[in-house]
Amino acid sequence: MTTDSHGWKNLPDSRGYFGEYGGSFVPETLVPALEELRSAYATARNDPAFQRRLRTQLADYCGRPTPLTEAENLSRALGGARIFLKREDLAHTGAHKINNAMGQGLLAHRMGKQRIIAETGAGQHGVATATVAALLGLKCRIYMGTVDMKRQQTNVFRMRLLGAEVVPVDSGSRTLKDAINEAIRDWVTNVEDTFYLLGSVLGPHPYPMMVRDFQRIIGEEAREQMMTRIGRLPDTCIACVGGGSNAIGLFYAFLDDPVELVGVEAGGRSISSGAHAARFADPARGRPGVLHGTRSYVLQDEDGQILDTHSISAGLDYASIGPEHANLRMLERVRYTTATDDEALDAFRRLSEMEGILPALESAHAVSEAIRRAPGGNTDEVLLINLSGRGDKDLDTVMAEMGEQP
Amino acid sequence: MSTTERARGNAAIAAALSERAGPESAAFLPYYPIGYPDYATSLEVIANLSELGVDGFEIGMPFSDPLADGPVIQQATGQALANGVSVADCIEAVATLRRRGVLQPMLLMGYLNPILAYGPAQFVTDAAEAGADGLIVPDLPPEERGILADPCAATDLGLVAFITPNLGEARIRVVAQGATAFLYVVSVTGVTGARDDLPAALPGFLQGVRDITDKPLVVGFGISRPVHARKVSRFADGYIVGSALVREAEKGIASVRALADSLRRAGRGESID
Repeated sequence: MTTDSHGWKNLPDSRGYFGEYGGSFVPETLVPALEELRSAYATARNDPAFQRRLRTQLADYCGRPTPLTEAENLSRALGGARIFLKREDLAHTGAHKINNAMGQGLLAHRMGKQRIIAETGAGQHGVATATVAALLGLKCRIYMGTVDMKRQQTNVFRMRLLGAEVVPVDSGSRTLKDAINEAIRDWVTNVEDTFYLLGSVLGPHPYPMMVRDFQRIIGEEAREQMMTRIGRLPDTCIACVGGGSNAIGLFYAFLDDPVELVGVEAGGRSISSGAHAARFADPARGRPGVLHGTRSYVLQDEDGQILDTHSISAGLDYASIGPEHANLRMLERVRYTTATDDEALDAFRRLSEMEGILPALESAHAVSEAIRRAPGGNTDEVLLINLSGRGDKDLDTVMAEMGEQP
Repeated sequence: MSTTERARGNAAIAAALSERAGPESAAFLPYYPIGYPDYATSLEVIANLSELGVDGFEIGMPFSDPLADGPVIQQATGQALANGVSVADCIEAVATLRRRGVLQPMLLMGYLNPILAYGPAQFVTDAAEAGADGLIVPDLPPEERGILADPCAATDLGLVAFITPNLGEARIRVVAQGATAFLYVVSVTGVTGARDDLPAALPGFLQGVRDITDKPLVVGFGISRPVHARKVSRFADGYIVGSALVREAEKGIASVRALADSLRRAGRGESID
């Protein structure tokens, strides 16, 4: 198994590259804003007072550390490996998104920015951002595709209750990709007083690095919890990958360990149907390209036009993937696989029934991979899943899929 | 073939920007996207503006995610994509326009990803062969110019860089250093689209840029009316109008032509009706 000397942890380089992926492909208007952000973040990163404030908020406000739960019933039913869940669903606002929103929110506050904008897909990042904006007294505007607004209505209402303005985006595929376009257009226009609180390990440098840094705490806590609980590291870590922030957050602490790392992309209806969001699993459509300021794998047609994607989970429904993932895949440090809509729904049901935990449909993709693997393992084998969010937001979708009436 | 000997690439662009009618006159470079409202009509519009005697063209190539563009150009290029217009079609459009006798410089404007998908070097070669003189790629900052700069240098195609109002002196120097053809000075922080007035600070800002570089300055974003063209022609080498023309195209070719004519004359110091 691979260990150290790969310099995984020293990336990105000064131009924001993780190997061949990353960089900063933005209109010139944003260059000074990104320089300001890089410099402010570099200072904050090394400032003990900032780190202390962040730690305090993560503990006292967000509820960290989140627990580690052994899914004993599920393990028994599958008859193989032991399964542990890192319970990001129990963080305040119900997903890992709050870790990054709090980090960037405190940074925005420190930079004296009065206005925060963000994009959201499933609504979890929007809710987390609106929450932090409410806490810090910042003006907040969230861009959200109208397709996503429809399938995540309760999150739209939550954001509005938190005092945020939710702006419907009706262009393109009306999902996350288009919400990001609109957020970037807002930022280009209001660049002087506005902080763009990007929600995943995407976008131009320094976002992929900064968001990863704010999410690393997931893996750091989980690693320590595993050592305390069973005295050893897991054999495998599994996380779903949309943009990839919960996955990087979990994996980062284990990069130099002899631990298998598995990212699960949204297989949608099926890979061959084209109705999916699996950037790595479909070489005909998923190729290196530039979207939203970063070079990574992008689902695109032969002419370089970005393709519409499909996933039952809004949070995985995006045409590109964080550049660090592209690099970790190329180095064969992380394996990427897929779970279909149906597999995710099945995992959703099983975890609910057997463990009393409703996972987000995003996280259910990771659970599905564990369900696939566990029976083949022996009882000494240990799987660690990042349960990145809770499923309450997905009840409408799940009811519709199951043919239930509310 | 009506093409007489025509200067090409950077030389053609430089000539268009320097042949000014007077001290208060600037080159007019309309933007128009290939494929809106359909392929044939877009070529017809450009040929018409060429007949009018505009000084050059920014030829838009559609992209699914045009994040530097406002609603008018988003909608128009979205329709072009729905019409099935590809990068290759846009290059072919330039070749067709040359065959039809368009002599003015043409700069292809498009986002990076379709160019990467085409293959950057091949794209530059094919664009130059078709008769394009330069490229405008809004999501290609100076740090990443290498992707297109080398093939452009080999074919003497211009590669425009952007100056925005929020840049400091050091950054303007960096941007200007690598740029060929001209510097595209964005009049406002924001996306493309018509605005009521030009920013009051614009003349001062342009003077500041001139103190740093002697590259030609072409102003764009927000210029929609003859009075804007008149104003901007006093301190810029050229000006670009996009959204206002595209919007006018909904009313037909005669309307675009009329607006372009008044924008052109205003920029040459002729009377504004």
